[in-house]
Amino acid sequence: MSNGRFGQHGGQYIPETLMNAVLELEEAYNRYKDDPTFNQELQELLNEYAGRPSRLYFAKHMTEDLGGAKVYLKREDLNHTGAHKINNVIGQCLLAKKMGKTRVIAETGAGQHGVATATVAALMGMECEIFMGAVDCERQALNVYRMKLLGAKVHPVTSGTATLKDAVSETMREWTNRIEDTHYVLGSVMGPHPFPTIVRDFQAVISKEIKEQLMEKEGRLPDAILACVGGGSNAIGAFYHFINDEGVRLIGCEAAGRGIDTKETAATINTGTLGIFHGMKSYFCQDEYGQIAPVYSISAGLDYPGIGPEHAMLYDQGRAEYVAITDDEAVDAFEYLSRIEGIIPAIESSHAVAYAKKLVPTMDKDQIVVINISGRGDKDVAAIARYRGEDIHE
Amino acid sequence: MNNRVREAFANGKAFIPFITCGDPSLDVTKELIRAMEGAGADVIELGIPFSDPTAEGPVIQEANIRALSNGITTDDIFAMVEEVRKDTTVPLVFMTYANVVYSYGIERFMKRSKEVGMDGLILPDVPFEEKEEFAVVAKENDIAFISLIAPTSKDRIRMIAKEADGFVYCVSSLGVTGTRDQITTDVASMVELVKKEQDIPCAIGFGISTPQQAKAMADCSDGAIVGSAIVKICAKYGNECVPYVAAFVKEMKDSICA
Repeated sequence: MSNGRFGQHGGQYIPETLMNAVLELEEAYNRYKDDPTFNQELQELLNEYAGRPSRLYFAKHMTEDLGGAKVYLKREDLNHTGAHKINNVIGQCLLAKKMGKTRVIAETGAGQHGVATATVAALMGMECEIFMGAVDCERQALNVYRMKLLGAKVHPVTSGTATLKDAVSETMREWTNRIEDTHYVLGSVMGPHPFPTIVRDFQAVISKEIKEQLMEKEGRLPDAILACVGGGSNAIGAFYHFINDEGVRLIGCEAAGRGIDTKETAATINTGTLGIFHGMKSYFCQDEYGQIAPVYSISAGLDYPGIGPEHAMLYDQGRAEYVAITDDEAVDAFEYLSRIEGIIPAIESSHAVAYAKKLVPTMDKDQIVVINISGRGDKDVAAIARYRGEDIHE
Repeated sequence: MNNRVREAFANGKAFIPFITCGDPSLDVTKELIRAMEGAGADVIELGIPFSDPTAEGPVIQEANIRALSNGITTDDIFAMVEEVRKDTTVPLVFMTYANVVYSYGIERFMKRSKEVGMDGLILPDVPFEEKEEFAVVAKENDIAFISLIAPTSKDRIRMIAKEADGFVYCVSSLGVTGTRDQITTDVASMVELVKKEQDIPCAIGFGISTPQQAKAMADCSDGAIVGSAIVKICAKYGNECVPYVAAFVKEMKDSICA
């Protein structure tokens, strides 16, 4: 069996055409990951360009309102480009440059990863092409324009359900077409090895900072960490440095869409089964014959039928829990955090806020919960207005 | 070891057409298999449709969607093969994706394949590193687990060729399936590298649509595989496609044997 296994999950289920590309990537990553110059460059970009470290904010009003554990918000929404995605993109683009690649391609769901990739490509003078489901292009029109503004070419993907999974498929197809000068900046902890590991490592800065910041503020570890999960990159980033701290509950919040008892859901752990897709073995929403389900969520970033292999393993081990949050609950939480703390979270991150609203009141006042606010909600305002029956034009 | 697939290459250059099962219907698929055998096909590749075929270009992607929207399942396809096997002998190999086999149960899939008279299996998203899980069970059931090599394989060709079964599928070009005006890869050298490691037939696929291309590819290997060009005919003529596909297969077979 190949490298890159997380328990029974992971692997490298990709066409032979791409095998040498991922092997080269693995070799390059192993060469640079502990290289002091590489890490210095990376750190400098994260700090000076992306604005790290991101704040760990004590949500006083939310804490008072919910009347349970103390709530802290990890403000990944304050990063340049407005989400955690930039952490991984800076790392991968820097690596791609070292590998001599001049062109980057990427999939995007909500458009956050696409915008981050287009941004860093602009910064580093690389050619950039983004694949985005045609449905998502419509849902996130502003991000499409943003990417174009940054000099990227955006390809609307019309195959399949015209959402994130199809954007991933199309980016993989494009990579087999042009490998020599091109790096695929995969946006989540998914796909073939070494992507789940590389993306995890670049996102792990989130949990590293949470640990340091909370130690400084409270002198202790949190009792629970909450993060939304699509492919799972912000969640694994927020969980990673706490995996060995058994007292810390790690809770991934999946998109239930219209409910896990309906077909319009994207809650992979709650409704999926073991399978092989997009380069990895993991859990997927699929039918009995292995046909991938056309998943649904109000959130374009969580609208994916699979989950990263490390999450699948953490679930198998019982180390992390995965709960399902409906569209309705997420929209309520979107509005709730906006009003109570003056912070508009991404609709993705709102799934984690929604679960906090249920969990925090059941906890003691001396306990601590950290919610990873993976992105800001500006991009979602028009869609939420529509959800509430108000038609506003962006 | 499945010898039927290898033997298909014993009488000159082989022509290997591909169709997607259930496009436009399983009844037509049955007729197509019979007609292509009659027209000189040496091996037939049968695609089991998958919702997200990441190695396919638009033509075969659309065929997959057409078949799935007809409600075709893996079980229906096994039943169709069982039926068509009563009056055909041409070697048949499935071409599908890892998840179709995995979700069916690898053991159950291979057993059923053998039972209905299949000879081989191609999974484009299972490279050398991941093949054991599938190939061992395939072998136990006398199903040739067919390996692919690509223009980017380079040093990997040796290890792949060494453990290859049935024939080696040589991918002619970068990218996904689909017709191409020109094939620029030095496929002859790829074939040569395979043969150094094992005396196994090599067939070239991806991008071949004309008799001239098929001949050129077969000349530097043991056969040519054609998918998208045939699937296009199925798409164009629908239920009436059988004579058109048969005529195309005959033209291609005649051309590579000329």
